[in-house]
Formats: sequence, C-alpha cells, structure tokens
Amino acid sequence: MSIQKHTLNTSKWVDNYADYLYNYSISRINNSDLAKDLVQETFFAGLKSANNFQGKATERTWLVSILKRKIIDHYRKINSKKGQAEVRMNFYEAGENEGSWLEERVPQNWHNASENKTENAELKSQLEVCMDRLPEKYAMVFKMKTIQEFETAEICKELDITSSNLWVIIHRARVQLRKCMEDNWFNN
Amino acid sequence: MLKKFKLSCDQATTICDKNQYGEASIKELITLKIHFIRCKICAIYTKQNTILSVFYKGCSKNHKEVKHCLSLDEKEALKTVLTQHKKL
Repeated sequence: MSIQKHTLNTSKWVDNYADYLYNYSISRINNSDLAKDLVQETFFAGLKSANNFQGKATERTWLVSILKRKIIDHYRKINSKKGQAEVRMNFYEAGENEGSWLEERVPQNWHNASENKTENAELKSQLEVCMDRLPEKYAMVFKMKTIQEFETAEICKELDITSSNLWVIIHRARVQLRKCMEDNWFNN
Repeated sequence: MLKKFKLSCDQATTICDKNQYGEASIKELITLKIHFIRCKICAIYTKQNTILSVFYKGCSKNHKEVKHCLSLDEKEALKTVLTQHKKL
C-alpha cells in the first residue's frame, strides 16, 4: 500500500492558507497586527525550509507546525521581558500573613450584581477593557482558556508550560479582572 | 492532621478559579469548603467569580462567532513580499 506523498505548491500558499493561519494565530495572540506578522513569518520560514519538507504531512499541517513554533517563541519573549507590567499584588507575599488578602484588595460586596445582564453591550466592552489591561502573558493564557476554551493540556503543550504554571496565571488574571470589574462596573 | 486541610486565601482562590473550569479535584474542593468556614472573604470571591464566569461565557460565544479574514489587499501585499523573498 503506498502512502500518498504531499508536495508543496508555494505560489498558492496565500490563497489557500493565509486565512486559516491568520485565524489560528489570532485566536492565540489576540493582536491582529502581530497575528498577521506571524503568518508572514511562517510563510517566509516555510519557503526557507521547503527543501526539508518530506511530504509526510499535508502542506497545511506543516505550515501550522511552523506557526506553532512562532507562537511559542512569542510567548517566551513576553514571558521573559524584563520590566513588563506585572499583575498587581493581591496577597501578602511573605511574613506571617503570607497568602492572605491585602486589605486594599479584599473583595467588596457588589451593589448591582443581580441587575446586570450578559447581553449588555456596555458590559462586554468593559470586560474587554479589563482584559486588555492584563499583562500580555496573562491575557494570552486567560483568553486561550476562557474565551477560546482550549483544553488545559493543549495550552500547556502549545506554550510549553506546566499545568500548575497555567493555574497560577489564570488565578492572577482572574483576581485582577475581578478587581477591575468591581471598580469599573459593579461599584462604580 | 488539620494542617493538611489548611489553605491560605491565595491557595483557596486558586482552587476556586480552577473550579470555574470544572478542573479542581475532590480533595481540593473539600479543603476549599473548610476554608470558607473561617474565611468569608474567599466565599464572596467565589460567588463573584461564578458571576464573572457567566460573563466570560457570553464573551466567548461572541468571539467564536467572528471569523477573521485577511483583506484582498493584504493578501496581494503578502503575495508580493513572498515573491520577492523567493527571488532572494
């Protein structure tokens, strides 16, 4: 039984795969300009290593695997960026109160929680604003998990992080988002 | 023995966040419930977290309905740079 060997047709790449790759990257990066750049870089890298293409996978799978590398590289870059906006502290980090709420960050009762409907456009834009205020690394992981609803294992594999690492990031993001919504939406 | 079940607020809220995705273990949930007995703040956090999860769900539905496409101009530009790149 012969296995079909795939070939590359580089002149058709943009027509055939640009949208697919763009959707793939924007659902992980959440930044349209950057997502476009990554698609372009993927095509460049594909051309460069076209000779290494063995035809075992389809053209699209092969291009996606290149794009995945680019996304990991981007994640590592933002992860190691010195002096990037850190998420604000919410708990004591040392001393006898370690792990307890900082007084000024303690959750307050929400005044109008029951009146709010999820269909509200204003609410949606406030949520977006709060998510955009998160440091890039937190926003990326939080959105992949919550908005795109990827499986934990998949995110860990794609970004090359451990699951406990993922939950710490999700936790910090959610504590930050809760505070942001409290200040700007509920008790505003 | 009891120390095993003792959580800080930081740890408790981490479990609560995990539970929003249905991924906290039974053991974690038990320690979380025990934490709530003495910590009302984390109980409030959990209640509010659940409300936020509903909001995020709405956001998620919205996002998924949007399909992203590159414009024709962008595709032409991309083709041009790729052809130039090939020649190099």
